[in-house]
Amino acid sequence: MVGSEDIIICEDVHKWFGDFHVLRGVTLTIKRGEVVVICGPSGSGKSTFIRTINRLETHQRGRIIVDGIELTDDVRNIAAIRSEIGMVFQQFNLFPHLTALQNITLAPIWVRRWPKEEAERVARELLERVGIPEQADKYPAQLSGGQQQRVAIARALAMQPKIMLFDEPTSALDPEMIKEVLDVMRDLARSGMTMIVVTHEMGFAKEVADRIFFFADGNIVEGNTPEEFFSNPKEERTRRFLSQILVH
Amino acid sequence: MAVSRTLEPPKVRVGPGEWVRKNLLSPWYNALLTVIGLWILYEVGRGLAVWALTQARWDVITDNIRLFLVGQFPPGQIWRVWLSLLFSSLLFGLGGGLWGGTIRQFACALGVAFFLLALLPASWATRGWLIGNLAAILLGYGTGVWGQGNPQRSRPLRYATIGGWLLLFPVLVMLLSGFSGTQVLPRVEAGLWGGLLLTFLLSLVSIVLSFPLGVLLALGRRSALPAVRLFSVLYIELIRGVPLVTVLFMADIMLPLFLPEGLRIDRVVRAMAGFTLFSAAYVAENVRGGLQAIPEGQIEAARALGLNGFQTTFLIVLPQALRLVIPANVGQFISLFKDTSLVAIMGLLELLGIGKAVLANPAYMGLQREVYLFVALIYGVFSYAMSYASRRLEIALGVGER
Ligand SMILES: Nc1ncnc2c1ncn2[C@@H]1O[C@H](COP(=O)(O)OP(=O)(O)OP(=O)(O)O)[C@@H](O)[C@H]1O
Ligand SMILES: [Mg+2]
Repeated sequence: MVGSEDIIICEDVHKWFGDFHVLRGVTLTIKRGEVVVICGPSGSGKSTFIRTINRLETHQRGRIIVDGIELTDDVRNIAAIRSEIGMVFQQFNLFPHLTALQNITLAPIWVRRWPKEEAERVARELLERVGIPEQADKYPAQLSGGQQQRVAIARALAMQPKIMLFDEPTSALDPEMIKEVLDVMRDLARSGMTMIVVTHEMGFAKEVADRIFFFADGNIVEGNTPEEFFSNPKEERTRRFLSQILVH
Repeated sequence: MAVSRTLEPPKVRVGPGEWVRKNLLSPWYNALLTVIGLWILYEVGRGLAVWALTQARWDVITDNIRLFLVGQFPPGQIWRVWLSLLFSSLLFGLGGGLWGGTIRQFACALGVAFFLLALLPASWATRGWLIGNLAAILLGYGTGVWGQGNPQRSRPLRYATIGGWLLLFPVLVMLLSGFSGTQVLPRVEAGLWGGLLLTFLLSLVSIVLSFPLGVLLALGRRSALPAVRLFSVLYIELIRGVPLVTVLFMADIMLPLFLPEGLRIDRVVRAMAGFTLFSAAYVAENVRGGLQAIPEGQIEAARALGLNGFQTTFLIVLPQALRLVIPANVGQFISLFKDTSLVAIMGLLELLGIGKAVLANPAYMGLQREVYLFVALIYGVFSYAMSYASRRLEIALGVGER
């Protein structure tokens, strides 16, 4: 029963960049439909960790199992995993030579082999869902940061992933654009998507997250429900971190 | 659905008088420079004009125009060159009608050129062909415009035109070289091709072939496979470390040694191979620069979406990289175009070689100025056309609007 509910299982995940031990035995299990927020100081390995989940980074020890498939060097496994996981980057990483619509339809057409018309219909629906249906034919350079990030979210959703990873999706945005992106993410969370979000937007975390994990020095220091996490942090490091980011 | 419109910022229009005063006359030394510059220009221009109109003996050009244009190509078979030209004119016309923009400008320029050339004194057959080319452009253009408004007609027409461009090269080669033993298209040895025709063919072939080869080498240089990487690096560095003349000698003398006994390849083909192999190394380095300019995030995003390595390269990385290197590559192709004059060392007579050969004729002794000026003019016109096309292509593809 519990087995099928757990969509991501990480057991003692280690990673080194050369001599540098970035991930030091991360163990974490995420249930289907759960929204998990990861926060922590810069350089603690948050990005590296969520990138191991879709194997943009390889781990060197431990096990990662996503939706029943263990991540190994097997190319077929990697392809299968990547088409089930959507990822949104801090710098958007839209393809500048393609319009918003083409950015979204690219992977469905080439990876899922959908007919173009079908892919475009779905893409337009997604643009509607993220609130910018009128921007379909613009190039990324013609869009604001917030609009670009919403296109990036639509692009990831077009593959109909089971899991969405967000790596500081609002950190490169001006304050007035942060809200429009968070609104989209909030809707997505309500729709039952499994989400892992690296962010320092604590308001968003409080409201949307099922659990919050505090990351430091390549490992999870503590994790809890938002209420417990904010009102009653157990570790000294967590308290220090929270006092720093909640002050300003 | 709202259509968003961007407002143009108000343009401060500067009149020509104002511009001249500001840029040419403003501090006293600028005014002085302007005056001196104008005086030099006037003297040189006047001298040149007086010479060109009164003293120059342009008969050296007009008498030998066929040599300049096609070299030793058998006079009885010239219609094949004309027919090739006619085919390209038709394609330019069609392209101009269907797509407009730069292609239309080129089609117009070509049409005007044909018209003006037809006004010059020439045989009626030549005039007929020139007018025929003009007609082909007009016909193509008319057809293009007729099809352009209507998607049902424009689609097949566009495909046909693109197909025509792709076929242009094989058609050209077949038309020009013909088949041995046939009556209609008797074989014309490539050794007889010469003049501007040879210049064109050498450049066209080397450009068209060295581009994909260079792209592959650039990709090979970044390949994960050590053997491929090593080969690419060695090839690129070796070729770039050697003068073009040497590569041509190698192609001329060494290439036959590598070929099986009895298989002889034509000297022109050897020259084409030399230019292609040479130019590919430079294209590869240009493209590598473009590849390096693509941020890692692009590749990560493509991978995260599930695209495989092949798709990532051909859908995401190359389209962006190639756009960035249009100026550099066109520069490379322009210099290649001019470097084709080096085939003289292989005993082939392209435009410049013909010029030299003509000057060797005692009847035209001392007419270097006329001949070289004419040759320079032709190189200049076509180099400028390429550079203009490159700039337009950059704008059309939005380079630098990121
Ligand atoms: N490709 C790499 N090679 C070597 N070291 C790396 C590499 N990528 C990241 N690192 C190092 O690994 C550590 C963790 O990086 P990571 O990007 O995961 O941190 P982060 O928690 O996401 O920080 P931030 O909040 O600044 O994004 C950092 O010290 C970083 O310098
Ligand atoms: Mg990070």
